[in-house]
Amino acid sequence: MNEARSLDRRDFLCVVAGCVAATTGSCADVTHTPFFRERLRELTKAELADIVAGMAEDYHARYGKRFEVGAAPAQPGVEFAYALDLSHCVGCRRCVHACVAENNQSRDPEVQWIRVLEVEKGEGLDLAHADPYYDAALVPRAGYTYVPIACQQCRNPPCVKTCPTGATWQEPDGITVIDYDWCIGCRCCISACPYGARHFNWAEPQIPADELNTTTHVLGNRLREKGVVEKCTFCIHRVREGLYPACVEACPTGSRKFGNLLDPSSEIRYVLEHKRAFVLEAELGTRPRFYYFYGD
Amino acid sequence: MPSLWKIRCFVARSAREVTHGGLLYWSWIVALLALVGFGFAAYLEQLDHGLITTSMRDQVSWAFYIGNFTFLVGVAAAAVMLVIPAYVYDWKPIKEVVILGELLAIASLVMCALFVLVDVGRPDRLWHLVPGIGYLNLPSSLLAWDVIVLNGYLALNLCIATYVLYSLFVGGQPRKGIFKLLVLLSIPCAIAIHTVTAFLYNGIPARPFWNSAILAPRFLASAFCSGPAVLLILMQLLRRFTRFEIPDAAIWKIAELMAYAMFVNLFLLGAEVFKEYYSNTEHLIHMRYMFTGLDGQSSIVPYMWFSVVASLIAFVLFLVPATRRNPMTLNLGCVLIWAGVYIEKGMGLVIPGLTPDTLGEIYEYFPSRSEVVISIGIFSVGSLLFTLMVKVATPILLGEFRLRSPSRHFAGTPHPSSGHPFVQSQGSQPQTSTGRVESGRG
Repeated sequence: MNEARSLDRRDFLCVVAGCVAATTGSCADVTHTPFFRERLRELTKAELADIVAGMAEDYHARYGKRFEVGAAPAQPGVEFAYALDLSHCVGCRRCVHACVAENNQSRDPEVQWIRVLEVEKGEGLDLAHADPYYDAALVPRAGYTYVPIACQQCRNPPCVKTCPTGATWQEPDGITVIDYDWCIGCRCCISACPYGARHFNWAEPQIPADELNTTTHVLGNRLREKGVVEKCTFCIHRVREGLYPACVEACPTGSRKFGNLLDPSSEIRYVLEHKRAFVLEAELGTRPRFYYFYGD
Repeated sequence: MPSLWKIRCFVARSAREVTHGGLLYWSWIVALLALVGFGFAAYLEQLDHGLITTSMRDQVSWAFYIGNFTFLVGVAAAAVMLVIPAYVYDWKPIKEVVILGELLAIASLVMCALFVLVDVGRPDRLWHLVPGIGYLNLPSSLLAWDVIVLNGYLALNLCIATYVLYSLFVGGQPRKGIFKLLVLLSIPCAIAIHTVTAFLYNGIPARPFWNSAILAPRFLASAFCSGPAVLLILMQLLRRFTRFEIPDAAIWKIAELMAYAMFVNLFLLGAEVFKEYYSNTEHLIHMRYMFTGLDGQSSIVPYMWFSVVASLIAFVLFLVPATRRNPMTLNLGCVLIWAGVYIEKGMGLVIPGLTPDTLGEIYEYFPSRSEVVISIGIFSVGSLLFTLMVKVATPILLGEFRLRSPSRHFAGTPHPSSGHPFVQSQGSQPQTSTGRVESGRG
């Protein structure tokens, strides 16, 4: 039934794109270009394989490098979650830079998915008076706590609720992803996100060719264009292959913990069961899968 | 057989009407076209470089464009909300200007659509919003609902205006049943477009400045001020430059309604201000940014105070019968209301809502040159569209422009069938009526 509907839609697009089709080739070719295809989540496995192969070719043509564009789906029995130890984070921002490199974030203009806030001790976790522009050479400063914030992978994500085109959704393993080819760039999700986790490509992203990460995922760190929104995906291209997110590996203090909530023996379960963990802005009812705790 | 021929005549005569005018008309058209041209050139540059040509950034990711959009939704809604007193109380003088309200609503909605168009990062993908070929995220996305109600409202107003004008053109009267049904339908739609647009902001708990239950009522109250303010000035211009007869009573009645609306608007604003300042929670920070500035960042503050003072003065001017009947103070009041609401429902709503951002950062936004030029271009498109529609509608409403009547010969002679419910045609002696507001005659 679902398939029938998507075929109808493609037929309709063929008519709409009739003129283009007439000059460039068959209908199927046109509807499989990023411009005319359906949302990624509506595609069959075979269609998705086709699409990602086309993306890899396209990136190769642009940068002269072999890209791997993965499309690994969520594994059954997996729900990812994250926990960050505020008593050990020193605010060095190595996670920020590891994230930028791993996830092909634009260097000019700068896009950074992780923002680290410097908060005065004694003010509680008062984000409204925090400073994101502190000098990382001076950390850790006495009297300050450091709070790294990225996408909180909410169970009840306001960004998904507000998106008018359904270009962003929650995967079965709990990661909220964006279809970069379906996003119209209206920025409703940026307004809706309580954590400043979503970032817009205000200009064409610039990344030096030798700094590109060629191991990518279609819903994660593949190359973006100007005019669309992007965000942290827990390094979806790594975690679905059993690796840690890049920020976990980059953290020199071991403050970052990651794992499968549904696995009773995972480190994340240990943290949640033995430490006093909490979430940010709990009163907003977003129910994050990103926890903070005090290890000491 | 005759209907196709009639439609061709209607189109041909309309085309003829908009291509014939005096020096003033053509200067106005050419000036607007020039501004549209500048705006279009700036938009092409924005398309090329991306939205980096604006002053918006991740911290303040909606700004001038969306502020203008919000204000214009109010104008579109209010233009038709005048229909409520006209039909509920069967109050004749306002009834006659309803058609102007419809035309203003059409022009405003076109501007709304253009402001959304220039604000999105990927305008080439707007077809993703079309149900069937795209995907509209209903029922959860308020923007999806807004797409539906705004387009529906535009279609409805186009139907009403075209149907009435065409019926009059072919020499008949619009059928009362159909007309009344459409007009009555447009009342809830007018309320719906502004309510849904308010909910677009209202439904975001991450932004406490917007997450207030009285936001939608405030939107409606301010729209009831700004929309009629635009209409009042347009009505005076129309009777100055055309033979359109608009009785003073209509103008005064509208001004009186605006005074009540402005009272509700100011009362609701006061309720918000009390709640925030007296509670003095973390959420006060947005209102403090708006009224006093934060950390020395205060470029928005003078505008906000101007808006409050302008609204207060206008309220008094419209409340006192003597000043709302005096053309000088009436028009001053209109301009003050327009400016006050334009600031309050535009930048004054969007910018403090997003400043400081959710992580406490204060990014001081001020529109870039490109944003201003593009916005002026869009306002010019709307003005142009409205001018052309009024150019066609006026002679039809006056009965000068009819099927089988060679209009130029009959210009100045009342058509036998004038005196229909939409306009009091006084024939060829528009200057003889007395007691009218002598606006713009300086």
